[in-house]
Amino acid sequence: MVDYVSALSIDFNLIWPEIALLIGASVILLGSISKSFRPVIPAVALISCIVAMLLASQQWGHQGSGFADMVTCDNFGVMFKQIFLIASIVTLFLGFRYLKVKGLNRPEYYALILFSTAGMMVMANTADLVVMFLGLEIMSLPLYVLAGFNRRSLESSEAGIKYFLMGAFATAFLLMGIAFIYGAAETTNLRRIVTNFSYIAYDYNSTAIYFYSGIALTLIGFGFKIAAVPFHSWVPDVYQGAPTPVTAFFSVAPKAAGFAVMLRIFVFGLSGVELLTTAFWVLAVLTMSVGNILALRQDNVKRMLAYSSISHAGYILVAMTVGGADAVSSAIFYLVAYTMFNLGAFAVVTVMETRSGCRSEFSELTGLSKVHPYLAAILALFMFALSGFPPTAGFLGKFYIFSAAVHKGFIWLAVIGVMNSFVSVYYYLRVIKTAYFDEVKGKVTPVVLSPTVIIALIITALGTLGLGFFPQQLLEFSQAAIFGMP
Amino acid sequence: MVPISAYLILAAVLFGIGTVGVLISRNVIVMFMSIELMLNAANMVLIAFSRALSIADGHVIVFLVLTVAAAEAAVGLGLIIMIYRNRATINIDRFSLLKW
Repeated sequence: MVDYVSALSIDFNLIWPEIALLIGASVILLGSISKSFRPVIPAVALISCIVAMLLASQQWGHQGSGFADMVTCDNFGVMFKQIFLIASIVTLFLGFRYLKVKGLNRPEYYALILFSTAGMMVMANTADLVVMFLGLEIMSLPLYVLAGFNRRSLESSEAGIKYFLMGAFATAFLLMGIAFIYGAAETTNLRRIVTNFSYIAYDYNSTAIYFYSGIALTLIGFGFKIAAVPFHSWVPDVYQGAPTPVTAFFSVAPKAAGFAVMLRIFVFGLSGVELLTTAFWVLAVLTMSVGNILALRQDNVKRMLAYSSISHAGYILVAMTVGGADAVSSAIFYLVAYTMFNLGAFAVVTVMETRSGCRSEFSELTGLSKVHPYLAAILALFMFALSGFPPTAGFLGKFYIFSAAVHKGFIWLAVIGVMNSFVSVYYYLRVIKTAYFDEVKGKVTPVVLSPTVIIALIITALGTLGLGFFPQQLLEFSQAAIFGMP
Repeated sequence: MVPISAYLILAAVLFGIGTVGVLISRNVIVMFMSIELMLNAANMVLIAFSRALSIADGHVIVFLVLTVAAAEAAVGLGLIIMIYRNRATINIDRFSLLKW
């Protein structure tokens, strides 16, 4: 009799962080039946995130795979897991008071964030297209619900339905792509696809056609997930309509998960395909430029940040176009830095939105510097980081990406990228101008700064400044993360 | 024996009908049905390849996809009911509070 257990090589050491999150989420869902358990729910969510973080750092430095080669363990995956967990911890802090003020304080929020993060970690952790698809769905389904979490609000329910339709549409493309790749490469395992690819891609027969159409369809599917232009139309609506802490989560974590998988498939796996480089070049230029230009004429801060997040995805696509160790490690550096300052910017928006009747218009920022000088200063810090001023992390991230592009001979791509960051300065500085110099009409309603939001602001501000002044440690980590990748 | 290209052409046609359906339909339920059609076209490709290559993986993947599609339907129909309660319509053109 075949020993199925060892043939599948079931090794729970590979998935303890995911298990920790799932246990936390299940405890929250089951425990929420009892009224007396409800106050500790945020603490349970926080503890399971921290435990998952510790378990994930235990995996650092280990190489291995298990579950019939479907789950891998490498530094790259661990690095991305930490990004997702930081994002979800900050989101938990952000949601705490916001949900109470908006009358949304339901335990499902915490459980859904944990489930979604577990899905992202599955995505970062796998070398098999089918498991990756499964992880993507585990990530997306809670996100659809979170977008429509404020179910009595017209905007939030509209955001939920739009996100669901576009997300499911993208999933169908992705699945079709996986089916064609399976047909051409005869496997869904990424390593074996790469081995088989070397001899199918250069024949001009039907197998190569299947393979390339599979790649194209997969790229469309991921284009929706990371919000690359021309697949970005849902982003501003969903970001504007969803509850603000959820928007903060959307703008970093699923994007990072999409990039983790794309880096694994397209940059490590299928490196050296001319067609892919061209496709990424076009995507990067379109995403940067369209995102920045459309952001110029927005009057809603959340909508502006949505377009800005599109353009930031474009900068990371530049790194993917360039390829190679330098570019990929700078992409990881940028993703960590972007997580910090984008979450920070949304944290300030969340605080502003806890005032009643606030819709995050630019005009509502006036007088912020008079009433809350510290909050205004921290908002200015995040805006400077987003536009890439030194000494913030935003500057170094962009600097590493564009210098990697120049070194590899992608001069035009770097030039377009730098010009785009100049354009972006306009709309980021407009926020600072409104908060500091615009005339105040009427009375400014002060905001309440709760301890949890202050913790979130401190984490993100320290991250933004710390990575700007001391980038060395993170750079070493991100280089170690891609060490040994094919 | 039916050649694999026949299955692939059928799947491509189904996928095309689904895509066009999502893009031109104004009813959220019809859009959702079109997405399901696209997923089933992908299932068809998986089964056709699995049979042509005589590897059983594809059949298993199809079961997995069916399960995922069921979960997606649960969430999707829930969201559709939510927006119908708020708006008393499921015409996508009327959901213009946020510009598309």
